Amino acid sequence: MAALAELESVYRKARRDRRFQAELHQALTEYAGRPTPLYPAARLSRRLGRGIRVYLKREDLLHTGAHKINNTLGQGLLARRMGKPRLIAETGAGQHGVATATVAALLGRDCEIYMGETDIGRQRLNVFRMRLLGAKVTPVTSGSKTLKDACNEAIRDWVTNVRTTHYIIGSVVGPHPYPMIVRDFQSVIGREAREQIRGAAGRLPDVVLACVGGGSNAIGIFHPFFSDRSVRLIGVEAAGKGFPRGPHAATLMKGTVGVLHGTRSFLLQDSDGQVKDAHSVAAGLDYPGVGPEHAYYKQIRRAEYDAVTDREALEGFRLLAETEGILPALEPSHAIAYLKRLAPRLKRGSIVLVCLSGRGDKDVELVAEELYGTVPGLILAPRSR
Amino acid sequence: MNRIDAAFSGLSGKNGRKALIAYLTVGFPSVRALPEIVRLLVDEGVDLVELGIPFSDPLADGPTIQAASQWALEHRVTVRGVFDAVGGIRRRHQDLPLVLMTYYNPVSRFGVKEFCRESARRQVDGVIVPDLPPEEAGDLLRAARPARIDTIFLAAPTSPDSRLRRIVRASTGFIYYVSLTGVTGARASLPPEIKAHVRSIKRLTDLPVCVGFGISGPDQVRQVAAVADGAIIGSALLNVIGESRGKGFSRVAAFVRRLRSACHA
Repeated sequence: MAALAELESVYRKARRDRRFQAELHQALTEYAGRPTPLYPAARLSRRLGRGIRVYLKREDLLHTGAHKINNTLGQGLLARRMGKPRLIAETGAGQHGVATATVAALLGRDCEIYMGETDIGRQRLNVFRMRLLGAKVTPVTSGSKTLKDACNEAIRDWVTNVRTTHYIIGSVVGPHPYPMIVRDFQSVIGREAREQIRGAAGRLPDVVLACVGGGSNAIGIFHPFFSDRSVRLIGVEAAGKGFPRGPHAATLMKGTVGVLHGTRSFLLQDSDGQVKDAHSVAAGLDYPGVGPEHAYYKQIRRAEYDAVTDREALEGFRLLAETEGILPALEPSHAIAYLKRLAPRLKRGSIVLVCLSGRGDKDVELVAEELYGTVPGLILAPRSR
Repeated sequence: MNRIDAAFSGLSGKNGRKALIAYLTVGFPSVRALPEIVRLLVDEGVDLVELGIPFSDPLADGPTIQAASQWALEHRVTVRGVFDAVGGIRRRHQDLPLVLMTYYNPVSRFGVKEFCRESARRQVDGVIVPDLPPEEAGDLLRAARPARIDTIFLAAPTSPDSRLRRIVRASTGFIYYVSLTGVTGARASLPPEIKAHVRSIKRLTDLPVCVGFGISGPDQVRQVAAVADGAIIGSALLNVIGESRGKGFSRVAAFVRRLRSACHA
């Protein structure tokens, strides 16, 4: 609690401090590559038909390959202000781990990343990247061995080493002030996109679409559109193996109110309050909780939430690869996949802004296996349609 | 006077003996073994028993209690099952102070009010919810007071005076001082600054201050007993219980006896 109070007071000062804001802005532009482009996806739009125009906010083009760096740079600078020489983080897909390890290297901090054993198996590339960046990657073998359990271990480390360590939470979850801090750092996505789309399309979009696990890229792009009541905000969760039977990670759609990791929000839990294992093919969505601000958006009906299955997400991955030459991460592949379901229900000529939160290099092996099987020879030619 | 107050005031006369508090995860090694283990603890002089309701994500716990909790959940221990077991213990031990320890989500899912009412019905004396800071404990305090359930909050080595004051205000029964920064689990040694921290808490309250986390044997119990009103033993006890499974609990009795004889200032 004392550390949370310190973090909040340091952050509130930093937020008003021009020097901090200038430092962050400089890091985001010179180092991370902001602003990211807004790309009119013409061939994808044609495929959807009905004159629908899709714009992709290209967070996948950021340094380290995902939106996570927006937050880790911000929190890394806060850690430096607090004089904490050590950074820790949890990671699911490994993108937040890589972004934290990167910032630790950049700012000369020690770094330890907690990652579930299951995720280490399916996101090996990112494990190597973190190690090459000088971070220690600690496998987590408790519980479901995925993101939730990595969070548990990171919190246990933090309470143990709190005097020297800052815990960089990767999503808009955890105890206050984390959901607020992460939302603020990620809102740069929506602020840029809002300006860009007004320039490119001459108006605000009809729909803003983003995938939701913990929900940081989604809240980052939603938040600046909050007061634009004409803009529909849609979050796409992971339906995993599908409703009603299969395991999934659709917390907002299927969860109930609970408390996990210091957050009161929706939660996948049983009747006794035990947290259930989530499932998604996308390690970054494989989390049984969700940011409390999304629960609020849902409650006041400012945003809608829906879900697509593992199988649909893989189709979404392929759709973007084949129409636009972009390999998306499996997480935003959920948002891409949802376009196919959404398009027939939209007015002709609608404008849809999609947050392409990360690139798919980390998932190539897994997707190849899922789409073409494990026999290497079969990977040479695309599957006939 | 409730059982917790009675236990501490009963000790204060006994030439400096301090309370020995034992933690058990209900369902480890089995719910059926619980009465036998509690009987043994009482026979060896344990003053207060904390019964842990297992939770899937025990953030404040180290490997031992994590494993015990997971084991219990795999063997289908439920919150209702724990309450039933507590009822059985209470029938056998009318005067033993019993405290439930669990995380906030099972409590909130059960219903905070309902949880306190059920605790009162089973004659539980107090609750400890380590992931619930006093700042967020309004619902629990409102439900626990009329049910006459003590609310025991945790103070950490990093808690500044302003927070200690809050913790003390919200606490009844005793204050649970966490000996170190970190999670539960037996450690080879405890930090020396326990003494100063316990003193600064005692300046703020007349409630007993008990120390837990990291206590592994008689040496640490002695260190704690010199400065605080009680020592809380959890993981190290579960380790001994785990090692004794299938062989009877005579080693557990011997272990507790050694702790008990170290409970003097």
